[in-house]
Amino acid sequence: MDAIRVENLTKQFDDVLAVDHISFTVDQGELFGLLGPNGAGKTTTINMLSTLLRPSSGRAEIAGFEVTQERDAVRKSIGIVFQEPALDNKLTGRENLEFHAMLYGMSREERRTRIQEVLNLVELTEKATVLVQNYSGGMKRRLEIARGLIHRPKVLFLDEPTLGLDTQTRRNIWQYIKNLNEESGVTIILTTHYMDEADYLCGRVAIIDFGKIVAIDTPASLKNILGGDVISVEADPTEKCFEAFKKFPWVREISRHDGTISLNVDQGEKKIPLLIDIDQKREGFEITSINLRKPTLEDVFLHFTGRTMRERESSTGERNRGHFGRGR
Amino acid sequence: MFNGTAIYVMWLREMKRFYRAKSRIIGALAMPLFFLAFLGMGFNRMSMPGMPANADYIHFLVPGIIGMTMLFTSMFAGLSVLWDREFGFLKEIMVAPVSRVSIVLGRIAGGTTTALIQGIMILGASVILGFRVTGISSFLVAVLFMFLISNTFIGLGLIFASKMKDMQGFTLIMNFIIFPLFFLSGALYPLKNMPFWIRYLSYLDPLTYGVDGLRGALIQFSSHSLFFDFIILTGFSLLMIFLGAYFFEKSESI
Repeated sequence: MDAIRVENLTKQFDDVLAVDHISFTVDQGELFGLLGPNGAGKTTTINMLSTLLRPSSGRAEIAGFEVTQERDAVRKSIGIVFQEPALDNKLTGRENLEFHAMLYGMSREERRTRIQEVLNLVELTEKATVLVQNYSGGMKRRLEIARGLIHRPKVLFLDEPTLGLDTQTRRNIWQYIKNLNEESGVTIILTTHYMDEADYLCGRVAIIDFGKIVAIDTPASLKNILGGDVISVEADPTEKCFEAFKKFPWVREISRHDGTISLNVDQGEKKIPLLIDIDQKREGFEITSINLRKPTLEDVFLHFTGRTMRERESSTGERNRGHFGRGR
Repeated sequence: MFNGTAIYVMWLREMKRFYRAKSRIIGALAMPLFFLAFLGMGFNRMSMPGMPANADYIHFLVPGIIGMTMLFTSMFAGLSVLWDREFGFLKEIMVAPVSRVSIVLGRIAGGTTTALIQGIMILGASVILGFRVTGISSFLVAVLFMFLISNTFIGLGLIFASKMKDMQGFTLIMNFIIFPLFFLSGALYPLKNMPFWIRYLSYLDPLTYGVDGLRGALIQFSSHSLFFDFIILTGFSLLMIFLGAYFFEKSESI
C-alpha cells in the first residue's frame, strides 16, 4: 500500500491557484521531497495532506485514509513539524510532549517510556524540564521532531525542517532525519527550497513550481536528464588539446571557446585521470587547469522552468505581495 | 464527540500557564482593585436613585467590579486563541485527532477556572476594604453567577477569535466591545438614571444580568429576581458557548 497517494489535488484561494492538479504517490518508508521556491505551493500541499486545509478538488490518501472523509484516522497516522514553531513556549519540553501524547490518546505507561525514547533520540533529555521559551532554534526544531514521532505515525511531514537554522544545526537535523528514516522506517515527506537539502536527504524529489509538479524522480536521475558532468580544461595551445580530447569515445560533447575546452561526460571524476594520462609532451600541449562541475538540482530547476530558483522567488514576491501569509 | 482527555489537557495547560504567569495576574488584578479602591473611596458618600439607601457606595460597587473582572479575564481567555494562532501552537491542536468541541470545552473549562480564581481574589480583597459577605450561601450563589458570566464571555471571545486572522483587531474589540459591555451593564452606577434607549440596550448585555445577579447574591439588592437573572444568563452562556464552538469549528486554522 502507498503511504501517500495524491490525485489531481488542487487548492484555489480567492484569486490564486496555489496548487494546480498535482498527482504523486509515495511508497512506505520513502524519504520524499517537495522542492520548489517560496510560494510554489509546497506548504499548501502539506496543509491539505495534514487535514488543515480543505482541497478545492482532487483527492489524497494518507496510509489508506482519505484526507477529507477520514480526518481523524489521517490525523492519527501522521506526525507533522510545521515551518514555524508550533510549541507552547510557556511549557517545558516534557510538558509539550506529554500534552501531545495525551491528545493522541496514549496511556500513562506508554507515554512515560515513549517520551523518554524520543527525548533520547533528539538528545534533549537533559533539557526536558526547561521552559521552551529558553530553547534555541535548533532545540525547538528537534523537540518538534520528537513530538511528531511520539505517537508512532506512519507518515512524518516536515515543512522546511532546517529553515532559519545555522549550518552546524542544519547538518545535525539532516542526520536525525536520515537516521530516523533508515532506522524506524517511517515514511517522511519534506518540503524545502534548499537544493542541497533535497539532494542529500531525499530518495525521490518532486520539483514544484507555480503549484504544478514539473518533474519527479530520484535526484540522480533528475540530474542525469541534463546529461553528464562538465569538465572544463584550460590548455596551451588549446587547439592541440582539443584535437586530442576529441578522440576519447566517452566524450559526449566537446566545445571550445576563449581558451577553455568544455567536455560533457558521465562520471567526470573518473575521466579526469584519463585526460591527464595523455602524453602531453608528445602531443605538444600543456594542461594548465582542470575543473569538474556536477549538475545540481538548481540546474534541473533551471532546465524545467527556464529560471533559477532565486529569480523565481523574487518574482513571486511581486506576484503574491497582496497574499502574504495566505500560504503559510 | 466529547473527549475527556482532550478537555483535561486543554484545562491543565491553562492551569500551568496561569500558575507561571504570576506577574501578569497581578497586572490583571490591579485595574479592578484600583477601580474598587478609588471609586469606592471617592464616591463613598454618594447616593442616587437605584442604589440601596442604607449602604455605602462600595457595597454597590463590589459586585460590579467582580462582574468587570469576569468580563475582562473571560474575554481575554476566549481571545487567547489569537495568541495561539500567532505563536503557532493552534496548528498543533488543530491536527490532533480530537474533536473541536472537546478543544473548545477544555478552553472554556480552563478560562472559567482562572477567571473564577481572579474573581474570588477580588472578592477577598474587597472584604479587606470593608465589604461583608453575608454568608456561605450568598457566596456560593455569587460563584455560580461568576461561572455563568465567564462561560458567556469566553464563548463571545472565541467567536471573535475565530473570525479574526491576527491580533490587529484586538484594540477594536477592547474599545468597541468590552468597554461598552462593561458600561452598559450598570456595574458602576444604577441603570435607572440612564436615558431609556440606553436602558433598552443594556437589556441586550449579558453582563447586566450577571452584575444584577451578583448584587442580588452579595448585597441582597437587585432590579430583577435572582431566578430571572439566572435563567437569562444561563441562556446567554449556552448560546455563546454553542456559537463559540460553531465558529471555532468553522475557522480556518492557519
